[in-house]
Amino acid sequence: MNAKQKRWRNRIIVALVLFALSYLVAESGWLASQLGYPGALYAEFALFLVPYLVAGYDVLVKAARGIVRGNAMDESFLMTVATVGAFALVLFPDTEPHMAEGAAVMLFYQVGELFQSYAVGKSRKSIADMMDIAPEFANIMVDGELTQVDPYEVSPGDEIIVKPGERIPLDGVVVQGASQVDTAALTGESVPRQARENDEVISGCVNLTGALTVRVTKPFEDSTVSRILELVENASEKKARTENFITRFARYYTPVVVGIAVLLAVIPPVILGGGWADWIQRGLVFLVVSCPCALVISVPLSFFGGIGGASRVGILVKGSNYLEALAQVDTVVFDKTGTLTNGTFAVTAVRSAGALTREELLDLAAHAEAYSNHPIAASVRAALGCALDHARIEGVEEVSGHGVKALVDGQEVLVGNGKLMRAHGVAWEENDVAGTVLYVAKAGAYAGCVVIADELKEDAAAAIAALHEAGVRRTVMLTGDRADVARAVASDLRIDEFHAELLPQGKVEQVERLLEANARASAKGKLAFVGDGINDAPVLTRADVGIAMGAMGSDAAIEAADIVLMDDRPSQIARAIRVARKTMSIVRQNIVFALGLKFAVLILAAFGIANMWMAVFADVGVAVLAILNAMRAMSVKKL
Amino acid sequence: MRKAFKLQDLDCANCAAKMEADINSIDGVSKATVNFMTQKLMIDADVPDAASFGTIVDRAQQICSKYEPDCLILR
Repeated sequence: MNAKQKRWRNRIIVALVLFALSYLVAESGWLASQLGYPGALYAEFALFLVPYLVAGYDVLVKAARGIVRGNAMDESFLMTVATVGAFALVLFPDTEPHMAEGAAVMLFYQVGELFQSYAVGKSRKSIADMMDIAPEFANIMVDGELTQVDPYEVSPGDEIIVKPGERIPLDGVVVQGASQVDTAALTGESVPRQARENDEVISGCVNLTGALTVRVTKPFEDSTVSRILELVENASEKKARTENFITRFARYYTPVVVGIAVLLAVIPPVILGGGWADWIQRGLVFLVVSCPCALVISVPLSFFGGIGGASRVGILVKGSNYLEALAQVDTVVFDKTGTLTNGTFAVTAVRSAGALTREELLDLAAHAEAYSNHPIAASVRAALGCALDHARIEGVEEVSGHGVKALVDGQEVLVGNGKLMRAHGVAWEENDVAGTVLYVAKAGAYAGCVVIADELKEDAAAAIAALHEAGVRRTVMLTGDRADVARAVASDLRIDEFHAELLPQGKVEQVERLLEANARASAKGKLAFVGDGINDAPVLTRADVGIAMGAMGSDAAIEAADIVLMDDRPSQIARAIRVARKTMSIVRQNIVFALGLKFAVLILAAFGIANMWMAVFADVGVAVLAILNAMRAMSVKKL
Repeated sequence: MRKAFKLQDLDCANCAAKMEADINSIDGVSKATVNFMTQKLMIDADVPDAASFGTIVDRAQQICSKYEPDCLILR
């Protein structure tokens, strides 16, 4: 609690004690015995006025100032009218006195307001803590001494020193030192990464084990940490439809309820010819319920909490509207390379034709490809896993577009595609597996083949399964790759639909076709496109929700997408959807709960059943509960 | 020109929403947001110089005071 809230609390306690004393005096009957009727009534009136004013003088002042400034319809004004009204019922001596109720309502209202202010402050603070990834200083060497400076003052090219335990303040490249780096604040991934010389390091990560000297590559305002903070803080500018609805609703709700309150207080007694006190009291209850604060606070707070929580697990959402759309996603379209696959080539199969073991075959192929710098050759060497003996290799000859011819251990080895085999008259077997096939011939005889394909990401299959489980109806894969490769990947991952051999423009067309199909089915389901953000910007913008992944440090991806996954695990997509669904369900709960309770009290009040107490609960009590519920949106770690 | 300001003593969410609507209707403002949670005001205005931007901020302060007398735009 801050100082202002403490003073507020103390004032409420004083008022509470005074109220209890007044209540005892009034109930004891001592006033009545001393002053008789109606003197006792007026004495009671004065008695309750004391705690009322102690508790609520600021509300009265605020209401008065509001009227002067031309803003009559605010909460303070409504509370003032309601409580003053309760006191004014003393003018109808034939009814029960309501002074105690008026004072109590003001007290209760203040207690609720204090709670509300406290809860909002608490949630502001926990969200601020959650976003506490901004580095406060950078260490630079000045005249041989380590000096702390503001990260803003460091420019690209400068060298900074990051000690163990410190946060890396700016993006850069390690020039000296080796360490483990904790990226959890950015990606949610708890396994630390290695950082050695020439490795890139990202601001916002925590340096764990050793001191690093880093050459800064970006100014602070363009560094990853600044971009993320800016993105998350500005996310609330893009409001969800639900939020806009609530704001619009609030604009009409208060005047309408106040209008009904006035009608309720005036028309029935005129028609019925009496009962003013009762009907006025019903009208006053309406006034207390007429503030839409619970909704106006809790809905944006839920979105803010959801977006903040998601950012902690490496999911950056650029606006509440995207979180809302993500919750309705029922079609997820993937780009293949870099999204479901690593985009790097690796040996996936080695098939011997009979004479050689698979190890011998791979050994031959790797040696023949020893001097090639083609990525496929590199992947064959990597698959061998041990150092090459260059003494065994002679007379290497690359045949462009065909493959390699070399002497290994004195025997002619051919490694390449079918054309190479045909050119040398080798009787080879056509292989129709997905991927690039390297045929190997030794001394003019076919020896077997090595299959190289883009590797699936470890969690790709689990990611697709999780999406289906989360209620995604359809998964689609788009790729520029060959159809047989695409078919294999799609069936391995259990993707519902795939389209291969597409040019970038073709991907846009496919997405448009799917969007149209969705619209035609008049389903409310949204379409999300997931790509690596490098060359699929047009598709990312065309989809309802564009998701870019593997974006640590990639500006292009952060620009183009609506939702950015900081690391490159596709399972984060399902997680993002779960976060979005949870946030939306909290939003809905709050709307239903707050509106439901308010309407219930309004109806009860119209029939004269609800009293002021219920009304105050429906106002501030509901607000506090809704805020507490909204705070749940922040915890997404377990999703 | 686009600038963000911290808002001091912004206590009421409904008021924040009203402030936002009113500030958005100031001449020259292309987009304004009042963020109740972060207590920040962002004004994006289509104005030629800093002086006229200052006028807009003055006007915004009047609007804030109308709804919440204590609320101050820190600049």
